[in-house]
Parts: sequence; structure tokens; C-alpha cells
Amino acid sequence: MHVFADQANLDAYLSSFLWILKLTGASAFLALVLGVLLAAFRVSPVPVLRGVGATWVSLFRNTPLTLIVFFCYFGLFSTLGLSLADDLDLNNYWLGVVGLSVYTAAFVCEAVRSGINTVPAGQAEAARAIGLTFFQTLRIVVLPQAGRAVVAPLGSVLIALCKNATIVGTIGLMESSNVMKDLINSNGDAVIPIFLVFAGTFAAFLIPTGYLFGWLANRLAVKR
Amino acid sequence: MDDVTTGEPLIVLDSVNKWFGPLHVLHDVSLSIGRGEVVVVIGPSGSGKSTLCRAINRLEPISSGTITFDGQPLPAEGKALAKLRSEVGMVFQSFNLFAHKTILENVTLGPIKVRGEKPANARERGLALLDRVGIANQADKFPAQLSGGQQQRVAIARALAMQPKAMLFDEPTSALDPEMVGEVLDVMTSLAREGMTMVVVTHEMGFARHAANRVIFMADGQLVEDAAPAEFFANPRSERAKDFLSKILTH
Repeated sequence: MHVFADQANLDAYLSSFLWILKLTGASAFLALVLGVLLAAFRVSPVPVLRGVGATWVSLFRNTPLTLIVFFCYFGLFSTLGLSLADDLDLNNYWLGVVGLSVYTAAFVCEAVRSGINTVPAGQAEAARAIGLTFFQTLRIVVLPQAGRAVVAPLGSVLIALCKNATIVGTIGLMESSNVMKDLINSNGDAVIPIFLVFAGTFAAFLIPTGYLFGWLANRLAVKR
Repeated sequence: MDDVTTGEPLIVLDSVNKWFGPLHVLHDVSLSIGRGEVVVVIGPSGSGKSTLCRAINRLEPISSGTITFDGQPLPAEGKALAKLRSEVGMVFQSFNLFAHKTILENVTLGPIKVRGEKPANARERGLALLDRVGIANQADKFPAQLSGGQQQRVAIARALAMQPKAMLFDEPTSALDPEMVGEVLDVMTSLAREGMTMVVVTHEMGFARHAANRVIFMADGQLVEDAAPAEFFANPRSERAKDFLSKILTH
């Protein structure tokens, strides 16, 4: 592997996956918060909130992520002048986080909503009948039970998010797919090994993640 | 058990209508329930009796008419509605105990989260209530580990923990194995004796005879008869009620 024996190439490889990890971490957190909130909107008794939730999901779930990330760069940053950091890389990073988060939140919302639907309606009725408010009912009774049903699908959303993070490469961040393209361009004799190293790195992270979520889902299942 | 009512009625329904799409499930229902009164609602399935019961704490919003509880019209969604619901206990056909909470937590959740009661205090009261319904020794189990009859008694204790002004029972024994019906009815009968205002939708005619002050007979969304139990069972006035009683009492 002469390519990765070169210290500069190795550094580029390592820092590219560091970007992926950072993109995934920040976007996962924001998408989770936003997605749960949107799911709460979608099951709320207030029509306006339900509308906001439904519109968000239709809009972002049906727009290609590449377009959303492009819009963050060319629309929010270039045209509207929204700058999220002084450093060029950091600015691209945060614009990418915005795009990934709003997109992934739509999928988190739908996963959580399907989890909510696995909780029998009687649970929420009983909670309301003792005088819990809508948000207390959700927080104390429905979401803890839905959360357990939602662990496995959320694992899939997280895995998709991690792979989707490579799309931020299209606005110039030197994440894995961008670095891989550069390495391939300058090392035409090692295309397949380079590809395998990058793909293998993703697999090394994501396969255990999948198993972890499957194990968690089994452990947390609610007895009925 | 007559003459238990004093002062203004606790629950008043005035010309209540409810549609599920084209289906007219409550048809101009007017009804007044006094404090301490035990009203049993009977009727064929689909007659709207469960909907009537659920409308009283607005689990089922009505299409027109008014419902007043303790002098106040039912609030729309929001904090005021939650407060009203905390004053009206409800027991469901399918128990609906919180599946992820222990028996004791089921009973203490409302007092702690809704009333802001101290956990130690709520625990003590909760255990006393569980003792009263005969389940104190199961306090740390989860609902799925209890029999149906035990779960329903816990559900009654959970409602009582809120010290409600009235209790609604929506077919509380319909999902139970026959040998467990008695233990639930015993708890309900003792509540009735203590003067709790109760609205009970049920098919248990024995309970209606012994514990009710009034029997309401519903058919096709209409309130057809409203009479004392002895009178209703001996001399039903409407054809619908005669027909219904002849079907259930001959077996």
C-alpha cells in the first residue's frame, strides 16, 4: 500500500474520516432533537403543528440531499450571506450539518411516528384521563414505549446519515469521498486498493453500529 | 339508595350530538347526574353508550350541545381540560395500565406528575389504595405479570389516587374472564356505597340492580329510558327496552 505509506496521504485519509465523524455526530444530535419535535407536532391535537410537521417531512424527504446541501452553500451562504464560521472549512462543515440535519430530521420524524403508532391508543387515553397534558403524555407514557420500538429503525437512519455525510464533499469539505477522488486522481495505478480502503473503513464503523442497535432493540423491548 | 342527590347536579349533558362521519352516534342526549349518584348505562352494542361515557371527560369531543361538569362547561384542549380530567376518574375496558411502569408507579404517576404530590407521600397513599383493592403484594410487578381482574383493580386504584369527584367506567368487566368479574364488581360496589358519583357502562345486570340509583337505556344513539333499576327491570316502558331485556334476561 504505497499510497498510504506517504504521510501526507495518510493524514488526508485520517482527517477525511474525522470530518465524517464530526458531521455524523453533530447532525445526528440535531436531527434527533428536531425529528422527535416534528414527530410530536405530527401527533399533536393542534392542526397548525400537524401541518408544520407534515410539510417538513414532505419537503425534505422528497428533495435529494445533494440539492439540499447545494442550497445550504449557494443559497444560504453565497446568496443570503449566512456565514456560520470564519474558517472556510468550518463554514462548509456547519453548512453541511444544517443540510444533513434538516434532511435526516424528516426520516427521524417518520421513524419516531411509526414507533408512536406501535403504542396502543389506550396508553395515551389513560394518560390523558388522569390529567397529564399532551406533552406530559408524550414524554412520560408514549415516547418511552415508542423509543424502544424505534431503536432499530433509528439505527438504520444513523447509518444512512453517516454515509450521506460524504455529500458534504460536493461543497468543498475534504471528507472521505473528496479525499478518495484526489488520491485516485494522483495514483491511477492503485484505484481499487484505494477504493477498498475507503469502503472498508465505512464498513468497519457501520457494521458494528448495526449490531449494536439490534442488540439494544432486543434488550429494551416492552413486555405486553 | 334513593335521595342521595343534593344541590346542583355534578354532570349535565344538554342536547349532545355526535357524528362519526355520517354516523349519528349520539342523538340529542340530555342527562343530568347528581352528586353521589350511581348511573348505569345499558343498551345494545353500537347504541352510543361508550361514546356517551367517553364524552364526559372529552376523550371523545362532541359535535354539538354542551356538557357541564361541576358547574363548568368542558374546556377545549389544553391545561384546563387536563385539570378537569384529573378530577374525573376513568376505567377502561382494556385496563390500559402503563406497560412500562410498575403497578405502584401506575398508581402514583398521576398524583406526582399532575398534582405535584411528594413521591413518598404518593407512595404511601398508593400502597393504601392497592391494599384496598387487594393488590398491595404485587406493587413492584409490571402490568403484564398480573391477571385481567387484578389489572382492572389496579386501574381503579390509579383513578382513585387522583381523588376524583366522579368515576367513569367504560365496560370495565367486558374483557375479563368470567371468574374475575366478581372481584372487580365488588370493588365498584363498595365505591358506590361510599357515595362516589359513578357512570357505569356495563352489561352486568346484577350490578345495575344492586348498586345503581338509576338505569339509563340507550338505543341507536338515543336515550330511550331513564328509571330506577327496580322499575326499569320490572316495567320497561319502551319496546326497545322490552326487546333488549327479553334477549338478555331469558338465559
